[in-house]
Amino acid sequence: MSTSNEWPLWEIFIRGQHGLSHRHVGSLHAPDAEMAIKNARDVYTRRNEGVSIWAVEAHHIAASSPEEKGSLYEPSNDKVYRHPTFFDIPDEVGAM
Amino acid sequence: MYAQMIKSTGEGVKSLDEMEPQERAFQERINAGGKIEPKDWMPDGYRKNLIRQIGQHAHSEIVGQLPEGNWITRAPTLERKAILLAKVQDEAGHGLYLYCAAETLGVTRDQLTRDLLSGKMKYSSIFNYPTLTWADMGAVGWLVDGAAIMNQVPLQRTSYGPYARAMVRICKEESFHQRQGFDIMMKMANGTNAQRKMAQDALNRFWGPALMMFGPSDAESVHSAQSMAWKIKMNSNDELRQKFVDLTAPQAAYLGLTIPDDKLKFNEETGHYDYSEPDWDEFFDVLKGNGPCNTDRLEARNKAWDDGAWVRDGMMAHAAKKRAAKMAAE
Repeated sequence: MSTSNEWPLWEIFIRGQHGLSHRHVGSLHAPDAEMAIKNARDVYTRRNEGVSIWAVEAHHIAASSPEEKGSLYEPSNDKVYRHPTFFDIPDEVGAM
Repeated sequence: MYAQMIKSTGEGVKSLDEMEPQERAFQERINAGGKIEPKDWMPDGYRKNLIRQIGQHAHSEIVGQLPEGNWITRAPTLERKAILLAKVQDEAGHGLYLYCAAETLGVTRDQLTRDLLSGKMKYSSIFNYPTLTWADMGAVGWLVDGAAIMNQVPLQRTSYGPYARAMVRICKEESFHQRQGFDIMMKMANGTNAQRKMAQDALNRFWGPALMMFGPSDAESVHSAQSMAWKIKMNSNDELRQKFVDLTAPQAAYLGLTIPDDKLKFNEETGHYDYSEPDWDEFFDVLKGNGPCNTDRLEARNKAWDDGAWVRDGMMAHAAKKRAAKMAAE
């Protein structure tokens, strides 16, 4: 039984039909990019889930770490003025 | 269920006050309905338990292809054959989603495969029973996939993000499986005398093993208590089994088939069906490896793995060669 030659892991992104962006759907193993896309078709689009597939080798993805959560995202908490609802617009002005 | 008899740390469930701050924060997040993601801190026991549970679940999907694959070439019509083929392909997909979820916990798919092939890891006891007639395809879809749905629907809310997301995909596809099974049963039950007998015989053989899928009563089990605290098990085995019986009994009546249990009867007081426990000695015996098909199933998986080795290796060699040629050209 040979298992030394393990196929690399690919992350799969699929774009649905209605103009949305590619969305991560899961991962799979494949020897190369071409096979990753073929396998993704079989594994993730058996029921018309999409019209475009991206395959990215998992080790190429850089990810933020959970420990950084505070320093990365908390600064936006005190900037509520970035949301349009921060500003009161008088009713007589109408829709804005 | 698809993951039966998962052993946890064996320790009792700690109260929040007994936990170190990190573990306490983890448990509080779960209690509040939050999700745990692959890079988050988690207790060792949580990680180990999940690898066992998701791995066993994945193995069940993969081994579960064998009893049904048995009938693909002998399906009675081209349409039934195409449907069964699609169903078995789904099971392969389910296995893959689950292996990927397990891999986010730091184990490789090949390691899980090795543990299945060596018999170290288990798969659901149900797949160690033979599929003797075409009606068994009906009974398996109706009862086995039906029982699986009972367990998998609540697991969509499990605390581990990748597992929950895999379950969402699986549940979407699973109801096709159950319906195609029931459709076969309807056809057989309304067919000739011989076909009706075949359908009844399939129900007779699969009823007990289907009830066993939920695992023995876990009211007293320390493993279950911990898994439930971690929300990697959402309901007790007995709760799910009762739900399954309550839903299935009227379906059998609709088919005009008799569930092989003298005690099966609707209880007006409880609002549930009373039923007999399946043969637990048989269950433990099958888990130990002594079911009718344990040896066949493992042999088939080992053979597939060994026979496929040259393909896996060849494709890696081809990919390496193409990469080298591309680099040389640049």
